[in-house]
Amino acid sequence: MSETDRVLIKGNEAVAFGAVDAGCRCYFGYPITPQNEVPELLSSLIPENGGAFVQAESEVGAINMLLGAGACGVAAMTSSSSCGISLMQEGISYMAGSHIPGVIINMSRGGPGLGDIGPSQGDYFQAVKGGGHGDHRNLVLAPSLAQECYDFMFRAFALAFAWQNPVMILGDAIVAQIKEPVRRVPPAGAHKPKDMSDLARDWRIEGFGGRGQNAVPRLLKSVYLAEGALAERNRLLLQKYTDMRREALFDSEYTDDAELVVVAFGSIARIARSAVRRLRDEGRKVGLFRPVSLYPFPEEALRLCATGRRFLVIEQNTGQMVEDVRLALNGVSSVLWHGVMPGLFIGAGELIDPILQAVKEKS
Amino acid sequence: MSRTDKCLRPQNDEKLVFDVNSVLNERVTHYCPGCHHGIAHRLVSEVLHELGVADKTILVASVGCAAFTYDYFNVDSVEAPHGRACAVATGVRRARPDTVVFTYQGDGDMAAIGIGESLHAANRGEKITAVFINNTVYGMTGGQMAPTTLLGQKTTTSKQGRSLSNEGGPIRLAEIMAQLQGVAYSARYALDSVKHVREAKKAVRGAFDAQIAGLGFSFVELLSGCPTNWNLDPVAANKRIANDMIPVFPLGVFKDVADE
Amino acid sequence: MSRIVFLEERCKGCRLCVDACPAGILRPSGRFNRQGYEVMETDGACTGCASCAVMCPDTAIRVFKSAKAKGDAS
Repeated sequence: MSETDRVLIKGNEAVAFGAVDAGCRCYFGYPITPQNEVPELLSSLIPENGGAFVQAESEVGAINMLLGAGACGVAAMTSSSSCGISLMQEGISYMAGSHIPGVIINMSRGGPGLGDIGPSQGDYFQAVKGGGHGDHRNLVLAPSLAQECYDFMFRAFALAFAWQNPVMILGDAIVAQIKEPVRRVPPAGAHKPKDMSDLARDWRIEGFGGRGQNAVPRLLKSVYLAEGALAERNRLLLQKYTDMRREALFDSEYTDDAELVVVAFGSIARIARSAVRRLRDEGRKVGLFRPVSLYPFPEEALRLCATGRRFLVIEQNTGQMVEDVRLALNGVSSVLWHGVMPGLFIGAGELIDPILQAVKEKS
Repeated sequence: MSRTDKCLRPQNDEKLVFDVNSVLNERVTHYCPGCHHGIAHRLVSEVLHELGVADKTILVASVGCAAFTYDYFNVDSVEAPHGRACAVATGVRRARPDTVVFTYQGDGDMAAIGIGESLHAANRGEKITAVFINNTVYGMTGGQMAPTTLLGQKTTTSKQGRSLSNEGGPIRLAEIMAQLQGVAYSARYALDSVKHVREAKKAVRGAFDAQIAGLGFSFVELLSGCPTNWNLDPVAANKRIANDMIPVFPLGVFKDVADE
Repeated sequence: MSRIVFLEERCKGCRLCVDACPAGILRPSGRFNRQGYEVMETDGACTGCASCAVMCPDTAIRVFKSAKAKGDAS
């Protein structure tokens, strides 16, 4: 690595650079704060790389353009924020139901409603439980650094094509707007863009002539009306979601000897990490567990460090990920919760007291 | 079928002068008796066949009676959510500029829930063709009022008849499309008579020609019968198109940049 | 003389062909196909104009024209 590999950029810009470096060919999106640097930068980067950039008429338009490009087996993405992601849910459900890959960035806002552009993790449920109608799941990655905004784009496209499924990157105003040094170098083991087109060869729509003159036409759809057909489709999806569990990712520190493990994701995880390190310096036996993939949730890893420890979930919402932590631990350990209200900018100092209080609390 | 099979070969000095082509498959459609979707399908298939582009064509299907259009066409297809076919088609054509892309949408799909996606795709001049079936009702869901329902027309959700003051007037999409700079071709024809069907075929051809020439968005509206939801027999339904619909939805080519 | 062939199993009995025939030689046959629809039959001299086939929504009609026949099937 040379020093020139490092650039000082916002998380949003890192997303855009990561996208083109990972092989993204098409972008479709609609302006919304706090993610506007993503389309602004891609509006030049994508055409420079020979791809298509379309500013859609709405998020509804954008997600359906993504559906169309994904159906062609082309690496494509959209980006938006909370309210816009709500508008996309119908299309995301259709993509999941039709096995169509695509990458969706949610640099979320506070809600409900128009809310605030400040930091929030209020879209956790929407992201990890599918969000749209019917039974479906998105693969969800939660960056907490600008560097991860860059690196996760490679993983997002690789996952989307490996699983023929929508992949969401769930960030917030902090990770979107923070300016940090980022190494613009593909992460170790990153797939090559050609891998994606190879993966899509067997299912993409392209005009049947691309497969020889007598090729059977292909159809990508989510409607299954014949008796038992929808049940079969859902069985297939269930199997896919079960197999996806192997993609679970997490980070942890000081959990080996911790009495209390703080569980946090995204921007709050990096703030919680500072608080945990400060308390470690003071000799407190606290650790940090950070789900990096929110779906699949790293429940196995969490269970493995459960015995004899208590957990404190810190998240910037009114209580969402705490439910998945409790489900994962299933009564094995006690799970406490501290909510930071959406819209607040907090520092590590503000998490010290809640963590100390949890340390003192008898299980 | 043996009774007809023998007769299906030309005999002596005969020539087969009306046949279907390989772009349509042999499946019997799910459409009601007298429904014009079947005619519209045939016209599109003939144009794709004549142009020799079926092997690089992608159909974007919509929601409504036309949802299963892909069951009858031998082309690669993708399903779009209700109203979103022109957005999906935008994504397809932008991702694969080497393909021929068309949407096939009803009046509820394209002129109500999907009018935003449709007009913006048109305005951007997306190089796609939209085939728009206007039969003045929602067919699949049971004859509810559509954006193209005629004034005074009784439907299951406008039981007193559509009124200008309460529901507004029928949307004339072909004329609206013709106003947009990105539109290369906009026409409206009807499927109620032999003469009109032959004109409609030329319009479908004109629309695909415009796409293939890279001129912009192309649109063809086909006035169609829905005997089931009009409570009319198919022959009477055709008369309704001639007597009631065409005066409100005039036929013709409203824009053809290739001709300008 | 020209002739038409009905692919009877495709027919839905809508009678648009009967209405379209300028020679008035088509009529319901009183027979029903496996879908339960009454199929059509011809009785008279066909000009091979193909009006019936053009109007058939179910592509259930094929038209054969003899070299000597008059009329236009374009």
